[in-house]
Amino acid sequence: MTKPLSGPRWPARWRWSEPMLTLTPNLSNPDESYARLIAAHEELSEAESHAMNARLVLILMNHIGDERVLAAAMAVARPER
Amino acid sequence: MTAPIATPEIPAQRQNLAFTLYPYVKSPDQEAVARRHPVVVVGAGPIGLAAALDLGRQGVPVLVLDDNEGIGEGSRAICFSKRALEICDRLGAAGPMLEKGVVWNLGKVFHDDRLLYEFNLLPEAGHAFPAFINLQQPYFEKFLHDTIVAVQAAGAPIEIRGCNRVEAVTPRTDHVALDVMTPDGPYRVEADWLIACDGARSPLRGMLGLGFEGRVFEDNFLIADVRMTADFPTERWFWFEPHFKSGASALLHKQPDDVWRIDFQLGWDIDRKAELEPARVRARVDAMLGPEVEYELVWTSIYTFQCRRMERFRQGRVIFAGDAAHQVSPFGARGANSGIQDVDNLCWKLKLVLEGMAPERLLDSYDAERVHGADENILNSTRATDFITPKTPVSKLFRNAVLDLAATQPFARSIVNSGRLSVPCTYDGSSLNGPDCENLPARTRPGSPVPDAPVADGWLLQALGGGFTLMTFDAEAPEVIKAHGVIVRRLALTATGNAALQARFLGEAPAAVYLIRPDQHVAARWSRYDETAVRAALARALALE
Ligand SMILES: Cc1cc2nc3c(=O)[nH]c(=O)nc-3n(C[C@H](O)[C@H](O)[C@H](O)COP(=O)(O)OP(=O)(O)OC[C@H]3O[C@@H](n4cnc5c(N)ncnc54)[C@H](O)[C@@H]3O)c2cc1C
Repeated sequence: MTKPLSGPRWPARWRWSEPMLTLTPNLSNPDESYARLIAAHEELSEAESHAMNARLVLILMNHIGDERVLAAAMAVARPER
Repeated sequence: MTAPIATPEIPAQRQNLAFTLYPYVKSPDQEAVARRHPVVVVGAGPIGLAAALDLGRQGVPVLVLDDNEGIGEGSRAICFSKRALEICDRLGAAGPMLEKGVVWNLGKVFHDDRLLYEFNLLPEAGHAFPAFINLQQPYFEKFLHDTIVAVQAAGAPIEIRGCNRVEAVTPRTDHVALDVMTPDGPYRVEADWLIACDGARSPLRGMLGLGFEGRVFEDNFLIADVRMTADFPTERWFWFEPHFKSGASALLHKQPDDVWRIDFQLGWDIDRKAELEPARVRARVDAMLGPEVEYELVWTSIYTFQCRRMERFRQGRVIFAGDAAHQVSPFGARGANSGIQDVDNLCWKLKLVLEGMAPERLLDSYDAERVHGADENILNSTRATDFITPKTPVSKLFRNAVLDLAATQPFARSIVNSGRLSVPCTYDGSSLNGPDCENLPARTRPGSPVPDAPVADGWLLQALGGGFTLMTFDAEAPEVIKAHGVIVRRLALTATGNAALQARFLGEAPAAVYLIRPDQHVAARWSRYDETAVRAALARALALE
């Protein structure tokens, strides 16, 4: 029957389609957004900053929702081993 | 194949039995030369008892061997799921379970001293059984045994032998030979088929040299069952990093008899003996409940958890079921509940094979289907355990970020995982599944367990019972179909005026015909009756193809 599960399983209809992760420039104002990200960390300790980043990832992850896009983004972000 | 265990200790009655149920009695087999039995079950835990009951009720002679004389003290399992209760109902044992058990629907999740959110299991209406009951495992086993006694009196061929410890198994081509130790010394029996229900440490697995691969979680959990009359509500309360510091996580859950299950996560490097000192346990419980609450310690124990399974559950004529075959962490209540589903899946197949109505390879579908179920359970309980006990600093960072957000953001509550509670598995892709019919609801596709629903004189699952059934909804079909030596009985239903049947089995369709297996899983379904198609699907469900 099915193989032992290692990672999440993809519904069949997803398997062959291209991930729809946007990697072309998409920010309406890149300098503004980047400055906002840095400013959002102002006066936070390193631990607080890490915690905030983690919350931010989760919030954005939920906003995106689509498993394929998230998986593609994680693959792009992860350093090669 | 294997030599007897080195030191043949005489099995003696364990001191702390909650119930003595099958005291040692010398059997004539002990004087005979290896008497042959169609089915021997090793282990009279919940899974072995359920297997004996299922087979015995169907007239299959079954001998159960257990190294004790009854049920050990201490609760272990407390949450029994709807599907396990439905199966016990088919076995005639669910009534007292439901009567004694505590029904609960509400859960609360805390982080530190903050209530993050509440959840309601919100059981769907139109089912005979609730989503869960809480019941101490010894009661669950006792009610199964009571039912065995009742059906024995009515002639069911079940025999349980206490203080009979299996010490060696020798697989042969057409049977399995067993060496058994008793207070009167050793003897030998033979089994056409052996069901190994000898628990997570399964001596039989060891005797056959079979592996049990998986993950050990490096954490200890202190279980304390306390009796108190405090009026905490009948809810499941779970704390991550509780302010009372009794553990890295904590659980409080009601059981019958004013007993509460308390569970503390203690970490890896602990002195287990010291942690079990009553004073030490009390200090933790006091911190949680408050110093003014009076209680009695009923049972305490420290557990480590594993998620693992055997590669194959069928090894020739030896078939593994329950914890012997697979083990999960208790978050999600999937241990005993999934073992009961093993029994449900296995017994009808074994009966048909024994009677020569189906080929032995039907039993390979037990392996495929229940391995699939075990993988689903292992995946779910591994994920819950990883959330509860994060393994790396970064996984703890994300875990706590989820908890922080959960207090205010509903989306984060869906990620919080203190155990995804046991639901039955659908045998998608099983070789026994026949054709599906477009337009019928996905939840009742081939391989899925039939969802209960109210019907004219009771409940659908009770009306289905335990044979092959042709369930027709506003469709014509013969009352009885005889094919491949099996009798398929028709259950004629109408969805008119029955919203539950309509939604669960028809959707938008005007009519449907379902072929149901003896374990109440869907084998195939069509828009109307077609004799050739039903015969073919039945052949497939019997592994005749
Ligand atoms: C703390 C805790 C909480 C749990 N909570 C839940 C829960 O809420 N819900 C749930 O579904 N599950 C839960 N479980 C899991 C559940 O307890 C087990 O899945 C269940 O007991 C397995 O039953 P079994 O019959 O397979 O094995 P066991 O109950 O282990 O029975 C094995 C039997 O085999 C006998 N035996 C062993 N070796 C031999 C031999 N050589 N010869 C003869 N007899 C032998 C033993 O004496 C015993 O009677 C929990 C477990 C723990 C530890």
